[in-house]
Amino acid sequence: MAPDGVSGTIARGEADVTVPRRRTGSLARLARRRSTIAFLLALPLILIIAGLVAWPATWAIYLSTLNRRMTASVGLDNYLFLIESETFRMVVWQSCFFAITAVLLKALIGFWLAHMLHTIPARGQRKWRGMLLIPWVIPPALSTLGWWWMFDPSYSSINWILNVFGFPSIPWLGTPWWARIAVVTVNVWYGAPFFMIMYLAALKSVPEQLYEAAAIDGATGLQKLLYVTLPMMRNIIAITVLFSLIVTFANYDIVRVLTNGGPRDTTHLFATYAFQVGILSGHLPRGAAVSLFMLPILAVAAFFILRGVSRRAREMM
Amino acid sequence: MDAATSAANRDFPKLYRRAGSLSRERAWALRAAYASLGFAAVIFLAPPVYMLITSLKTNAEMADQSLSPWFVREPTLEHYAAILGNPLFLGFFRNSIIVTLIVVAITMAVSVPAAFALSRMRFWGSTTLATGVFLTYLVPDTLLFIPLYQIVGSLGLLNSIWGLVLVYPTLTVPFCTWIMIGYFASIPKELDEAALIDGASWLQMLLRIFVPVALPGIIAATIFAFTVSWAAFVYPTAFITKPEAMPLTIGVVSQLVRGDTFAWGQIMAGALLAALPPVVVYVFLLDYYIAGLTAGATKG
Amino acid sequence: MAQVSLRRLTKTYDGGVAAVKAIDLEIADREFVVLVGPSGCGKTTTLRMIAGLEEVTAGEIRIGGEVVNDIPPRDRDIAMVFQNYALYPHMTVFENMAFGLKLRGFPREEIARRVDRAARILGLGELLDRKPKALSGGQRQRVAMGRAIVRDPKVFLFDEPLSNLDAQLRVQMRTEIKAVHQTVKTTTVYVTHDQVEAMTLADRVVVMNQGRIEQAGPPGELYANPATRFVAGFIGSPAMNMIPARLVPTAAALAVALEGGPTLPVPAERTARYAAHVGRDLLFGIRPEHVTEATRTDKPNLAPIDVTLDVVEPMGMETLVHFRLGRTSVCARVDPQAAGAPGEAMRLAVQMDRMHLIDPATDRVL
Repeated sequence: MAPDGVSGTIARGEADVTVPRRRTGSLARLARRRSTIAFLLALPLILIIAGLVAWPATWAIYLSTLNRRMTASVGLDNYLFLIESETFRMVVWQSCFFAITAVLLKALIGFWLAHMLHTIPARGQRKWRGMLLIPWVIPPALSTLGWWWMFDPSYSSINWILNVFGFPSIPWLGTPWWARIAVVTVNVWYGAPFFMIMYLAALKSVPEQLYEAAAIDGATGLQKLLYVTLPMMRNIIAITVLFSLIVTFANYDIVRVLTNGGPRDTTHLFATYAFQVGILSGHLPRGAAVSLFMLPILAVAAFFILRGVSRRAREMM
Repeated sequence: MDAATSAANRDFPKLYRRAGSLSRERAWALRAAYASLGFAAVIFLAPPVYMLITSLKTNAEMADQSLSPWFVREPTLEHYAAILGNPLFLGFFRNSIIVTLIVVAITMAVSVPAAFALSRMRFWGSTTLATGVFLTYLVPDTLLFIPLYQIVGSLGLLNSIWGLVLVYPTLTVPFCTWIMIGYFASIPKELDEAALIDGASWLQMLLRIFVPVALPGIIAATIFAFTVSWAAFVYPTAFITKPEAMPLTIGVVSQLVRGDTFAWGQIMAGALLAALPPVVVYVFLLDYYIAGLTAGATKG
Repeated sequence: MAQVSLRRLTKTYDGGVAAVKAIDLEIADREFVVLVGPSGCGKTTTLRMIAGLEEVTAGEIRIGGEVVNDIPPRDRDIAMVFQNYALYPHMTVFENMAFGLKLRGFPREEIARRVDRAARILGLGELLDRKPKALSGGQRQRVAMGRAIVRDPKVFLFDEPLSNLDAQLRVQMRTEIKAVHQTVKTTTVYVTHDQVEAMTLADRVVVMNQGRIEQAGPPGELYANPATRFVAGFIGSPAMNMIPARLVPTAAALAVALEGGPTLPVPAERTARYAAHVGRDLLFGIRPEHVTEATRTDKPNLAPIDVTLDVVEPMGMETLVHFRLGRTSVCARVDPQAAGAPGEAMRLAVQMDRMHLIDPATDRVL
């Protein structure tokens, strides 16, 4: 670098002959300098991604092929054991049931509320929006404690209301199906506001003129929804649903606090079961294998999200 | 419209029937909207409100099944007094504050310069890295906690808040970088060109132009980092078993809930106090909070 | 103060797209040069290369005699006014203007003195404490100019500075830019796609098209004697009529036979100039203002033509009438009193000494 730099400065006052060489040298140096600064600015980020995400993820794959004491490789035995285990099959089933039901309900409720919010005068929207987002703001581990107390077998305040209207009490966390419903309910309660906010933002981004044009073309409210709103929001709906699918699929807090997997392991999700097997029972490799079963589903969802996001970015240009 | 077509339209009354009065239609839509929103508000707010009611009840009133659980007859602050006098709980609070503050600082120090580099100074592999940031954001913590358990353990940081400080950035940095890329990208290119001509270096451009101009984005990202670190649950549950090192979330869930003699009043008081900081931030910075929430999908 | 010279300046983008193709241009000290052309003609790329915002692929840029190809923008001693103003939104008007000076380490009194002077030139005195958001479009434009003036640079660069303003303000700011240039007399390179702006502001207009300079010269020269078909069509509004035609010899001299129209006599003094092109397919170019009502007799070389009007557009001080000659729609500028109604016949006169003949094979004006 140094000698080249010196000759560059000397050449500055000289004849045109030296121009081409000096130009390439200096330009390359400038560009290199910029890349170096940029790389240094991004370096901490690269270290975090590589050291705390990419490396552990790779390590997890290796880990899942070891035996319990992590002394020898057992190949795919951990996976095979899980596939043959009755409990794990239930975990797979429950995870899918939980994620799909909860995401569908969240999306529908979120869309409905966003639409209703969009209907009322803009002045009142802020207040309602602020109120309805509260469930999303409270750390879920803590709000689930409140739900747990509301589902309490003897002091349930929900059952009290049911009794007032003449319905019998429900053993919320006591039987498998009611427990599953309870877990989904809490997740929908927590996540629907997020959908509402996303859809509201998307609704606001649809130009008012499109609705006016549709109204003049004779569209009814439902037709406006079907032919204007939904097509304009298609991408954001897809992104939000897929994103929520990942998060819901990988959920841990709610099940851990509300049922801890019970009754009889019927409400375990991948995450809580992996925790039970890996940390609580001390079989780290098998726990890693449990959580790695999420990977294919997450990868597919991530692929479509990425496609949707880049497509949206292109549309917004 | 000439006479022939208007006559034709009159012959097809179904095509041009009137859909009813505009104002009446609008009034019904509003009524439906307010009814839906009101119903949703009741359901959405019931759990926190019930937590508050419970936290204000005496143990005797709570145990009396003949009374409505949804009302307080003799409000008391005894549970709050008890929980605030509990050194264990205060320890959780202190741990949460320390971890959250450090993690927020690290997050912003890492993600703002990185976002600047990725959005403005193209370098080798920068597009791949931007995609990588987004993918990392999609990797859930529940996929990583087992290998991280081993890594944190091998560093001797299990049962230490420093283990949490080490791993929490994986929750916050990718998303904050991602939304900052979006915010920086929305700053017109001419602004950095004007700064270049005015004689600013890259660092001056970042600190004196980009940071002040993207301040709303930085606030939104800070709020996000704060809420996520405060609410983190999987990592502390996995890495911390000693009560002294627990942050609030796992502390309240695992230490206040003991056996069958549930002290519900104290649990609810503790949970509400623990939830207070994010809620306060939310109430005062509502617009930034929502901007950050929607930025992930609408920007970039 | 400095002259700017571009030698064989070339810009090729990574994808192989050539934006600027080896252009040569000498800009004198204190000269006001306007680069004009349609979008994508390379004018903005040229300006950005002078500014140092784009790297030069080949060729050379000199400012004040010094080759600046490798010098970063901040060391070129230039100032630039952007289309969207690019004011720093978080700084006041004063801070916006002072920023460049502050970064260069000027003492505070000097900064205050210079900002004060620029504010006085531009009438910004009252606004120094405001943020850009609180300013109107014209005021923002002035601040952007102030930011350039305080630096007292060798060269001012303007990148379509008026295109974000409404029509009325644009005319007003155009006058102000000219007044500022007359005050500070800094060498200026100004890019626009608006030919009226180019004509009114420039000492010299440079018309660019497809990465090349079509013609450079004083505004009047470009208007009266365009060198190429592109310049002939680009300068002037409404655009010059171009009618397919053929040169035919007559007893006395030459005449142009218009496609689908009459044969008009070419002025005698041009016979020698056009003699070599007799019999070839050419384009006959004539500006609308040189086709007028036949009742006028104050101009020499008037050739009458009889037409049927298609469209009549009253403009107030004059009326545009459109008619067809063969496949070509032709526009003429006539006195409002003389104009007929659509469908009516009208006799018009062509000022033959303002005619142009264009060779469609080379696109050059003969």
